Amino acid sequence: MKALEIHNLKKTYANGVQALKGIDLEVSEGDFFALLGPNGAGKSTTIGIITSLVKKSGGKVFVYGYDLDTHSVDAKSLIGIVPQELNFSQFESCMEIVVNQGGFYGISRKLARERAEKYLRQLGLWEKRYDPSRTLSGGLKRRLMIARALIHEPKLLILDEPTAGVDVELRRSMWKFLRDLNNQGITIVLTTHYLEEAENLCKNIAIIDLGNIIENTSMKYLLGKLNTETFIFDLKIPLEKKLSLPDFILNVPDAMTIEVEIRRDQNLNELFDVFSREGIYINSMRNKHNRLEELFIRLLDKNNS
Amino acid sequence: MNRKVYLTAYNTIVIKEVGRFIRIWIQTILPPAISMTLYFVIFGNLIGPRIGQMSGFTYVEYIAPGLIMMSIINNSYANVVSSFFGAKFQRHIEEMLVAPIPNFVILGGYITGGIVRGVIVGIVVTIVALFFTKLHITHYMIVISIVIMTSILFSLGGLINGIFAKKFDDISIVPTFILTPLIYLGGVFYSIDLLPEFWQAVSKFNPILYMVNAFRYGLLGVSDINIVTAFTIITIFIIILFYFSLYLLNTGKGIKT
Repeated sequence: MKALEIHNLKKTYANGVQALKGIDLEVSEGDFFALLGPNGAGKSTTIGIITSLVKKSGGKVFVYGYDLDTHSVDAKSLIGIVPQELNFSQFESCMEIVVNQGGFYGISRKLARERAEKYLRQLGLWEKRYDPSRTLSGGLKRRLMIARALIHEPKLLILDEPTAGVDVELRRSMWKFLRDLNNQGITIVLTTHYLEEAENLCKNIAIIDLGNIIENTSMKYLLGKLNTETFIFDLKIPLEKKLSLPDFILNVPDAMTIEVEIRRDQNLNELFDVFSREGIYINSMRNKHNRLEELFIRLLDKNNS
Repeated sequence: MNRKVYLTAYNTIVIKEVGRFIRIWIQTILPPAISMTLYFVIFGNLIGPRIGQMSGFTYVEYIAPGLIMMSIINNSYANVVSSFFGAKFQRHIEEMLVAPIPNFVILGGYITGGIVRGVIVGIVVTIVALFFTKLHITHYMIVISIVIMTSILFSLGGLINGIFAKKFDDISIVPTFILTPLIYLGGVFYSIDLLPEFWQAVSKFNPILYMVNAFRYGLLGVSDINIVTAFTIITIFIIILFYFSLYLLNTGKGIKT
């Protein structure tokens, strides 16, 4: 069963900007799906159309088989959205915001209050349930939008940059929460600028650029396409002479650091052998870029060239 | 199934809307009570006795229905325009747009919010009026129906203004430059019989004249215009504005890109 099917989706704004040029996308039930792309690529437009906030210029959207044009009530009932921008009343309390959202989905106030308690507790907002939403910190406001999106227990949860501006600790706790939701069977579509987030959470991925899908595959397959990786080595003793490693692409930003680009057909053992021969002692090593970030940049460069 | 969902959604919008203006009662309920007290003191008690009787009633008795109706019109309009534009501005209108609610339910919820505020303010102003004059209701059904219909009409007007408004200035233009002159020239303070024939004819193009006079007829039993004509005109305006509002919501004017 497909949780989301998009066929030839097009959007041209009133100012003539063609945000989507006929994209096709499928998200299977239970998937944790990343929709990535640079700013202005068309991610938020796509999500806006799926959630009925943006009018499409052409194409079709199906949510669990329901056509958004002809069965919008059924389709909308299955979607939960956590938007990029804050979009709740600054004057209402957390409880009011979540319970009212339940009401908009036809959930009785009694049941909505029970569910609101469940999600506000899970997201660490229960103590602040009667506080006006404007008094919450940035991270808690994002959590409030997640609680609100879950109140009608959607089967498809769409998160548009849910961890933007959130500190590392809170981001990690949100990852765990989202993973748990996905394990419970909720299909999740995520857009994010933190590629580490997408790599950690998502099973499948689509990359959108200039209104076109330029890659749509599994995360594992995509990462497997990475031919080279750049490693940074921090040295124990400063380099005293010019280093030459004929088989490797090398960069020495300072006497205590070496950057080496390693091809898939090479291995780190060869490199360590060279280091030993040259009397170079390594203190620590790390990836220069997140692997997905490296691929992402290459794909965008290729698409723009 | 859908009917139950829609009813719950409608109730939620009404609770949200009524809760909103009750929460800020100092900005919504109190000001009309104060301004109407001033109107009654100045026009009723100080100037009124010098004017004498109008259509067989003391001046303060004559203007009381008009002043009550003026408060109802202003408040039902203001409630919807400020709430809807506020929801657009803060983007929480999206909470409703993503939900499985048809636009007629959203429209109904906002209109009901406007009616409730119009009626509450109308009751408060009536209580204020009772400190200055005696009021008795001649035709109960006419009073109730004209209050509800007027609130509906101006709630719709407020919604349309809210849909088109792009900045806060836009929600005060219509009340300041259109609504206030129409109310003041709509027979609140005088009978149009006092006007020359030409201006009497011009006044009949003002829809507020029909509401004020129909309400005055319900309370005092006198009116400058035919009561059936008044109801017919108000009904026609409601139907036109209702379908226009629904059309705007369906096309996503001002709320969807």
